[in-house]
Amino acid sequence: MTGTIMGAADVSRALTRIAHEIVERNDGAADVVLMGIPSRGLPLAHRLAQRIAEIEPGFDAEAATGALDITMYRDDLFKNPTRTIGTTTVPAVGIDDAVVVLVDDVFHTGRTIRAALDAIRDLGRPRAVQLATLVDRGHRELPIRADFVGKNIPTARSERVDVRVEEIDGEDAVVLRKGE
Amino acid sequence: MRHLLSTKDLTKSDAILILDTAAQMAATQEREVRKLPTLRGKTVVNLFFEDSTRTRISFEAAAKRLSADVINFSAKGSSVSKGESLKDTALTLQAMGADAVVVRHWASGAAYQLAHGGWLHGSVLNAGDGTHQHPTQSLLDAFTIRKHLVTSPLGADLNGLTVAIVGDVLHSRVARSNVHLLHTLGAKVVLVAPATLVPVGIDPWPCDVVHTLDEAIESYDIDALMMLRVQRERMTGGGSAFFPSPAEYTRIYGLDGDRLRRLPDHAIVMHPGPMNRGLEISAEAADSPRSVIVEQVANGVAVRMAALYLLLAGEEAAQ
Amino acid sequence: MSRPIVIKNASLYGDTTASLLIEDGVITAVGDVETPDDAVVVEADGLVALPGLVDLHTHLREPGREDAETIETGSRAAARGGWTAVHAMANTNPVADTAGVVEQVYSRGQEIGLCDVFPVGAVTVGLKGEHLSEMGAMASSKARVRLFSDDGVCVYDPVIMRRALEYVKTFDGAVVQHAQDLRLTEGAQMHEGEVSAELGLAGWPAVAEESIVARDALLAEHVGSRVHVQHLSTAGSVEIVRWAKDRAIQVTAEATPHHLLLTDESARTYDPLFKVNPPLRTQADVDALRQAVADGTIDIIATDHAPHASEDKDCEWASASFGMLGLETALGVIQKVLVDTGACTWRDVARLMSEAPARIGQVDDRHGRPLAEGEPANITLVDPNAAWTVEADQLASRARNTPYGGIELPGRAVATFLRGVPTHVDPTLEGAFA
Repeated sequence: MTGTIMGAADVSRALTRIAHEIVERNDGAADVVLMGIPSRGLPLAHRLAQRIAEIEPGFDAEAATGALDITMYRDDLFKNPTRTIGTTTVPAVGIDDAVVVLVDDVFHTGRTIRAALDAIRDLGRPRAVQLATLVDRGHRELPIRADFVGKNIPTARSERVDVRVEEIDGEDAVVLRKGE
Repeated sequence: MRHLLSTKDLTKSDAILILDTAAQMAATQEREVRKLPTLRGKTVVNLFFEDSTRTRISFEAAAKRLSADVINFSAKGSSVSKGESLKDTALTLQAMGADAVVVRHWASGAAYQLAHGGWLHGSVLNAGDGTHQHPTQSLLDAFTIRKHLVTSPLGADLNGLTVAIVGDVLHSRVARSNVHLLHTLGAKVVLVAPATLVPVGIDPWPCDVVHTLDEAIESYDIDALMMLRVQRERMTGGGSAFFPSPAEYTRIYGLDGDRLRRLPDHAIVMHPGPMNRGLEISAEAADSPRSVIVEQVANGVAVRMAALYLLLAGEEAAQ
Repeated sequence: MSRPIVIKNASLYGDTTASLLIEDGVITAVGDVETPDDAVVVEADGLVALPGLVDLHTHLREPGREDAETIETGSRAAARGGWTAVHAMANTNPVADTAGVVEQVYSRGQEIGLCDVFPVGAVTVGLKGEHLSEMGAMASSKARVRLFSDDGVCVYDPVIMRRALEYVKTFDGAVVQHAQDLRLTEGAQMHEGEVSAELGLAGWPAVAEESIVARDALLAEHVGSRVHVQHLSTAGSVEIVRWAKDRAIQVTAEATPHHLLLTDESARTYDPLFKVNPPLRTQADVDALRQAVADGTIDIIATDHAPHASEDKDCEWASASFGMLGLETALGVIQKVLVDTGACTWRDVARLMSEAPARIGQVDDRHGRPLAEGEPANITLVDPNAAWTVEADQLASRARNTPYGGIELPGRAVATFLRGVPTHVDPTLEGAFA
């Protein structure tokens, strides 16, 4: 099965559901902050924050959202061309004793999240860390699981999952491609 | 990037990438935990043929904050009596498995020779070679200028800015590095020095040259004023002196409070250190709020972290 | 007695085809010679025959630095390069400033027999520029020294230079000057100009050479003596020599192959193989030197063959010794820059690399003679079509500091005869001597 797996409406519905799940799981959103993993996890984090603010009026979406660049924590730095380091922004409310929800577009081997956990550790000490992802495509290489998943998509290792977001790509979509 | 030897080798996009990376590195240095795991398992050798505690500790801090192993290798030999040969030293470092060699040497070209001699597989980072180049110093200068004078620094060049470099250009690797880098980044560079301290053959350099500091202040809208260190022996060398006396130098080229006040309000004052207070810069100028001299030191660590990251991360460096 | 040698159908001086018969070290017939039954026959179609080359500027390093070169290895390099005589500079250890040292060098050269080694005596004791050496003793020694030079350093004191110029008149000698103002070149590393400014290497300004050339020309005029200027390297020096010759001052000048080919751009590699004194200059200087060689302002080509041990070159530029090898590559470089460019003919090359240097060195009773009946058989055969790539490891010299490694040169000496004895035979001609 290849082609567009999720359209804009599917993405929107999935994010709305995840927002509700986050609020439900954490008995509200008082201690929740979101940290998006660049590049496409970041706009997704902002959208989730806005949706949470709609559910929980006391939630300050702007102050509770940050960016977590994990380049310098990767375990494959020496196996790929040099990567440009992105910006890390700690949410204005801080992360100490908060529930940090990591937001990424595609959950795959788990290595990105492993790096993200290390990066968070250098920024402070959250009460808990949870993971939200738009797509879980399987093939985990580390014992890590997601707390909130937009859609599980069974894939072959050779296939590619491309998440496209309005803010970067001009449209919302999830596309599955054959591997080269 | 395989080596960092001269700012003349850097394109504008290379230079901006280094500055942007340095900005991200600088941000990590404001955290509680300043150490990053990025270069775990990599070995950086600080190879110093010339004393420079400041530069060495700056590189050492940069490498350690990226979790690289650091070996300090002091192979000091004077320019008259030869020390251990460059080749033998390089072979030793190769045997130790150096992934990067940070080299400071009294001889111009030593870093180039180390990189191209075929003795060493690692990256070579020039930390100052003779009177030739000192690329990380000029990168930290450009970083400091950009941070202070450009509204949204990330991704930006130095277009439209004017930087005056004052002092002993002839013997200055800092000046040589800065002329090329600042020009590449779009800034206008003005060298201010007596003709005795301007190299013969400077015509192709992309900069203006004036012979008094007052003329520079009157003729240009200076955004950043960079004072070079002047070695006293260059003025007191009898028949070989480049200048009649320290007092005359201070009168014509020294930055004092009066000259400082004649600069545009936003202009910053820089110095690569160590300063000769009272000679090229007065205490008033050095300690004024417009002086960014102390900040240059902090930025030096971030720029060197960026250089090490860009040299050592990536698959080419892994080979 | 050795067998007669017939060099068949060579191009004499590159313009007349003729054969040469050599018997007992002498050219005994030129033209359509009859080949004696037992003769060695060298088929020389396409080869240019020149009088054996004479180098006025060679460093053989013996005594003192036999790790870099010896009289034997240097003589072998000379023979391979087509030279039948070299003038060995005095900056050895001990310095060639006494009759004893020059006789030893001369005798060792004769003993080896690959080329005549004519010692140049030091002008001042120990090359220190303070006291005149015993030039008279060296002149009347077995080595018969006529040229005196402190090469490596300049005879800087104008009074010492004046006295030397006057004193050598006694035995019709000449002072050979390494023109370098010492004060203007303290710590100097390369030509002072755009490249040195960028590389941060201390500059060796052209004026430091030109001011001494001008001074020495004026001194030579004033005292009516002969001065020979070594390794002219700047356009300005050429102008001064031209002016001096117009005034009939007794000045002669040499240029080296490297100053006619290479420029200061080579220093961008920071490879000390390109570090030489005087330094490599700009393309404008190279062009002026070539013009001056072509119009006769510069009298001769000399190699300034300067062997150095590898540790003196395998180091930082500023720590490295000045100098480069030249004996084995000179002919190829000169063909490339002067003959193949049309600036000079092979007859000019015979003048520039044999006749004129022999005359200046006052060995023209034995060297630089015409290729004619009754003359000593000092002959160099050049194959102008035998292009070759210089490989430092393949050189006969003990040292390896050639700046031409990997460069292709258009031709080379394929045979050299010193008084009829083959001192160098290229593998392509070895069959004839089997």
